[in-house]
Amino acid sequence: MELADIINPKNLVYEKPALLTSTTMHYCPGCSHGVVHKLLAEVIEDLGIQEKTIGVSPVGCAVFAYNYIDIDWQEAAHGRAPAVATGIARTNPDKVVFTYQGDGDLASIGTAEILHACNRGEDMVVIFVNNGIYGMTGGQMAPTTLLGQITATTPTGRDAGRNGYPLKITELIAQLSGTSYVTRQSVQTPAAIRKCKKAISKAFQAAIDKKGTSFVEVVSTCNMNWKMTPVKANEWMVENMFPFYVPGDLKDSSKNNPESYTPLKN
Amino acid sequence: MAKVIGAVVVDNEECKGCGLCVVACPQDVLGQNKQVNSRGYHYSFMKNPEACIGCSNCATVCPDTCITVYRVKL
Repeated sequence: MELADIINPKNLVYEKPALLTSTTMHYCPGCSHGVVHKLLAEVIEDLGIQEKTIGVSPVGCAVFAYNYIDIDWQEAAHGRAPAVATGIARTNPDKVVFTYQGDGDLASIGTAEILHACNRGEDMVVIFVNNGIYGMTGGQMAPTTLLGQITATTPTGRDAGRNGYPLKITELIAQLSGTSYVTRQSVQTPAAIRKCKKAISKAFQAAIDKKGTSFVEVVSTCNMNWKMTPVKANEWMVENMFPFYVPGDLKDSSKNNPESYTPLKN
Repeated sequence: MAKVIGAVVVDNEECKGCGLCVVACPQDVLGQNKQVNSRGYHYSFMKNPEACIGCSNCATVCPDTCITVYRVKL
């Protein structure tokens, strides 16, 4: 069979999701953000909620997320996405609201906003992309940077005495009564990506069912600032990030059930 | 068992040559082209088209969603 016979619309098994715009993403080659955007577009399309989904984009690498997914967006000040999303969710109870944040945005400057939004149990989804570094500004140390990890501001590696300890924000959030579904996923292999898509889908379903805040952490790579190739960065992530940020579901229940939190063990 | 043949189409201009699809392919179909696109990236291409089974792993891992996958059962 000739290639031209196979390449035919009736044989199509995978194409770009309809919700992704034709704008070329500004992300570096191999960046995990692109995969997470694609999963979001697929999930919103599958659930058929394009008309009633409102995203809140952060400050960070994903600041231009509104250019890439064809839904309604609102840009928030640095770290304040959960506060803006609270307002949107409360004034538009029929809409599905989600925030898309990085680790510098969510775990550093926006810690107060995210903790209180999750504790109040706002009906929204939080997508938290954790790559352990400030990507957009040139690879400075973030709260989630691992001990010993080399960044622009910790050239000899992060030292606990000088820089403190890495922050497991997802574990903190899983203990709050307002959250319903808290999970940690990754997007380094096709299997992990399919699993992550299921988790995002479940989180959106929980928001539609008004179960409280759903929180999906995606452990991801920043190959440009880690100074590795995309393939090597994925290997480094599995080797070094996963022992500390263990993937899996931390909480899967309804609102007001903090006892359902189960710590993940490696 | 029915034989399956697949084919992938890479959008050469969208591809940023990250190489994630090359590693994700279980059949070693994809490779990075020696030539570059207009933005200077070594875009992916089917170096071994007969081996493709249309599993769509490459398209799943592609961060820029520049791969379309087709599959035929014989």
